[in-house]
Amino acid sequence: MVVLNGSTGEAMSERRIVDARGSFCPGPLMELIAAIKMVQVGDELEILSSDKGSAKEIPQWLNKVGHEHLGTTEQDGVWHVNVRRKK
Amino acid sequence: MKILIVGGGMGGTILANNLARRLKSELKSGKVSLTVLSASAQHAYLPGLLYVATGRMTTDELYRDEASLLDPLIEFRVDPVEHFLLDQKQVKTKSGQTIGYDVLAIATGSRIYPEAIPGLKENAEFFYTEETAVKLFNRVRDFKAGKIVVAMGVPHKCPMAPLEITLMLDDYFKERGLGGKVQLHYTYPVGRVHTLENVAKWAAPEFDRRGITYETMFNLKHVDGQKRVIHSEEGTEASYDMLISIPSHRGMEVIEANKLGQNGWIPTHRENLNMEGREDVFVLGDTTNLPISKAGSTTHFEAEVLGENIAALVKFGAPVRKYDGKVFCFIQAGSDRATYAMFNYNRPPDPKPPTRTMHWFKAAYNKLYWLSARGLL
Repeated sequence: MVVLNGSTGEAMSERRIVDARGSFCPGPLMELIAAIKMVQVGDELEILSSDKGSAKEIPQWLNKVGHEHLGTTEQDGVWHVNVRRKK
Repeated sequence: MKILIVGGGMGGTILANNLARRLKSELKSGKVSLTVLSASAQHAYLPGLLYVATGRMTTDELYRDEASLLDPLIEFRVDPVEHFLLDQKQVKTKSGQTIGYDVLAIATGSRIYPEAIPGLKENAEFFYTEETAVKLFNRVRDFKAGKIVVAMGVPHKCPMAPLEITLMLDDYFKERGLGGKVQLHYTYPVGRVHTLENVAKWAAPEFDRRGITYETMFNLKHVDGQKRVIHSEEGTEASYDMLISIPSHRGMEVIEANKLGQNGWIPTHRENLNMEGREDVFVLGDTTNLPISKAGSTTHFEAEVLGENIAALVKFGAPVRKYDGKVFCFIQAGSDRATYAMFNYNRPPDPKPPTRTMHWFKAAYNKLYWLSARGLL
């Protein structure tokens, strides 16, 4: 999907969904590490995880490596972790 | 009905034999044809490479003639596909043949891609091909003292391999009286020593007990071969005397060249195993983009589901089963002990402490695999 700027309506970046629901191995964080190499700097990813540990684990890694955590929401047992590639 | 399987590895072979058994009368009557196209006349048991790299298997044990594994009702050709013409329900092969199908299954597998990390290919040892596994063993055999670092890329095939090679090498050196002279250092991309939490809970104290050092949240960024240092995306580094890597993987080039999926991974429905947007194309094994282990058992269980479903399509026009994400991975926990992890999309693994019994079961399975390939086990 393309993410639009809320004020101008212009396309800002690509947002890719990474569906890691039910992934114990390699797991949602590993799926993110693989997926983030496949997008451009500035692009966004939304990781879907059925493991509540992802809500803590993924932001910890993002903070350490230097990518941006845009926020996490939970809906019906699925955590949506939003990420922007920064480098 | 024409069924075409592209790929003569574990997934393609198990699926073909499964279908030959289920559709025996249809194949004999000519109502159905079943063709396997492969890039090689040989079938390789790739999990055996770990044992080659640690001096516990020889290379001749890894191979059988693919034709000898396939049911005689299957047409087998060594003629790899170069073009997938999915809208025409055809493929074109290297020899120039155009082959049509009604149902297509793609099981082309994956390949190591060390080129993703600058300096890795030139400076690291690997064990995911026969040539590199033999080279690694020869280097390990001659290694008498120093620091061996194990580092990996993402995604990689066989998620247990990083732990297994580390523990097996630790036993290898200790059995040769070099335990105090060889230091093993393990790095891992996420915040624990294995992505499976229950495996990490067992493995971290096991590393501590053995004196294996480790650093987590270490994603390879580049290798400085002159200084013998690896650098991580997280800003840390580790020096080495020998670097062993489980490099990142990609799907096969033919998948990328035909624009079937980025990096060679085909978008696949997690339960039906059809290529997204294509009801007549199925995908199995490493070739899928599913968030599950790229491992032989994954392929095996997917092939069983697809065998049942494609046979049901032939017999009454509808599939009958959903793939539940089932995976079963042996974990070789050193030279004489093993355990396993079994899980699916909904049930996490609960590995038990390693035992010698499970080690011997794994050793036996290394031989029994040829029955699995034939669709008998």
